[in-house]
Amino acid sequence: MMIYADNAATTKMSRAAIDAMLPVMEEDYGNPSSLYTFGQRAKEILEEARSQVASVINAEPREIIFTSGGSEADNQAIRSAAMLGKKKGKNHIISTAFEHHAVLHTLKRLEQEGFEVTLLDVHEDGLVRVEELEAAIREDTCLVTVMFANNEIGTVQPIRQIGQVCKNHGVIFHTDAVQAMGHLPIDVKEDNIDLLSASAHKFHGPKGIGFLYVRKGIRLTNLIEGGAQERGLRAGTENVASIVGMAAALKESVAHMKEDTDHMRKMRDLLIEGLARIPHSALNGDPVKRLPGNVNFCFEGIEGESLLLLLDDRGICASSGSACTSGSLDPSHVLLAIGRVHDVAHGSLRLSLGEDITEEQVEYLVKNVEEVVEYLRSFSPIWRRLVKGEAEFIL
Amino acid sequence: MALYSEKVMDHFRNPRNVGVIEDADGIGEVGNAKCGDIMTMYLKIEDDVIRDVKFETFGCGSAIASSSMATELIKGKPVAEAMKLTNKAVAEALDGLPDYKMHCSVLAEEAIQLALNDYYSKHPDKKPVEETN
Repeated sequence: MMIYADNAATTKMSRAAIDAMLPVMEEDYGNPSSLYTFGQRAKEILEEARSQVASVINAEPREIIFTSGGSEADNQAIRSAAMLGKKKGKNHIISTAFEHHAVLHTLKRLEQEGFEVTLLDVHEDGLVRVEELEAAIREDTCLVTVMFANNEIGTVQPIRQIGQVCKNHGVIFHTDAVQAMGHLPIDVKEDNIDLLSASAHKFHGPKGIGFLYVRKGIRLTNLIEGGAQERGLRAGTENVASIVGMAAALKESVAHMKEDTDHMRKMRDLLIEGLARIPHSALNGDPVKRLPGNVNFCFEGIEGESLLLLLDDRGICASSGSACTSGSLDPSHVLLAIGRVHDVAHGSLRLSLGEDITEEQVEYLVKNVEEVVEYLRSFSPIWRRLVKGEAEFIL
Repeated sequence: MALYSEKVMDHFRNPRNVGVIEDADGIGEVGNAKCGDIMTMYLKIEDDVIRDVKFETFGCGSAIASSSMATELIKGKPVAEAMKLTNKAVAEALDGLPDYKMHCSVLAEEAIQLALNDYYSKHPDKKPVEETN
């Protein structure tokens, strides 16, 4: 048995996406920039996909720019807003401590270029406080960037309210919606979003493709210079097949969103209930305001990488925020941001469920995680000290 | 490509000499929870020979495998020989470790050194006299 419980990392492509892509690769392979009929046919296919993507989030087709994925979209959105701000002498950006590195590293770079960045506290529940955001806005704030849902702990931010505050203050609002797209309803108008990043492979589309929503009137800065594709805002021949696959995957995800997410939430809560029975464990992030398929726990006295390897032996694909899985000395910046101390953050486990998760699989997950945690604790010097009362339990 | 060699995975999945020696002659603990690795080595020494060795480890796959391999390399060996165990020998015996995991083998070496020093501090008479030329 293999249980793929790492859907936050990537997802299996949907049949609809593959079926939509094949004819584009086999038959309609023309270059959308070519003037002959065969090229213009590819252009039509491309624009049809753009319309589909736009309609899902209640945007205009011309407000969608195709990119190589979420990271590129994040980079371009943030850099563009920063450049617009700079022109007006506004050099302050607000974000959160637990953003994806595509956002945090871009902000780091902008800091080196003279921008000032305020990172908001995300508290123990992994949620931004709207009033704290409002208090952080200054005269020279040019951008607020807050992720729609966190990739590690799955907490869903009060996006609409954040967008409203930004609107009231005339500040551009960007959201990295990579984890939310296709899994939560998103309406860029009602949610007051100016810029939004998404990635196809998180909603059963192909890898290496994504999009950036840009509200009409916001001028983008190019990251990639060259031809006039994407209205001159992103050069390079369009990856038509992948774009079509992305549109088909998104359309399908949204069509089944209600029943899929109802089921996933049920399975997620069952899994949380089961894992919470393991002594000295704790759920990371708010139990309710979280993605339908996200479960993230810390287990005291063990380390995440050994947990993942032993789960792999039992056919379970999962992920962890331990330092050993990231190749650095520090555990996940997300877990540290919600106040988990290093000792505990090393023992984290993320299980991100797919739409096809079954109750039997949830039981298998609970049973195996329980066994492996118990086994690793049996020869952990930290655990021995905790049990003997020589150290105090944190969880 | 697998993250670890077959040897590492074998020692990780079936670690040798796991546990505690209650009446150990030497105990050594290295690492800290903040960094995500702690190793504790327990030695039972008789007639200058390591009769028994056990370990406990909190850490990643290579930390557990390194501890296990290190115990195998010194078990039954004279103390003087165990004193010379290097992290390189541990890593080589495991058919190599990824670069960023080499520190796990260093921890194993240090834990054993520390346990031997603990033994010597309790039995100063056993401490070998430094050779002078």
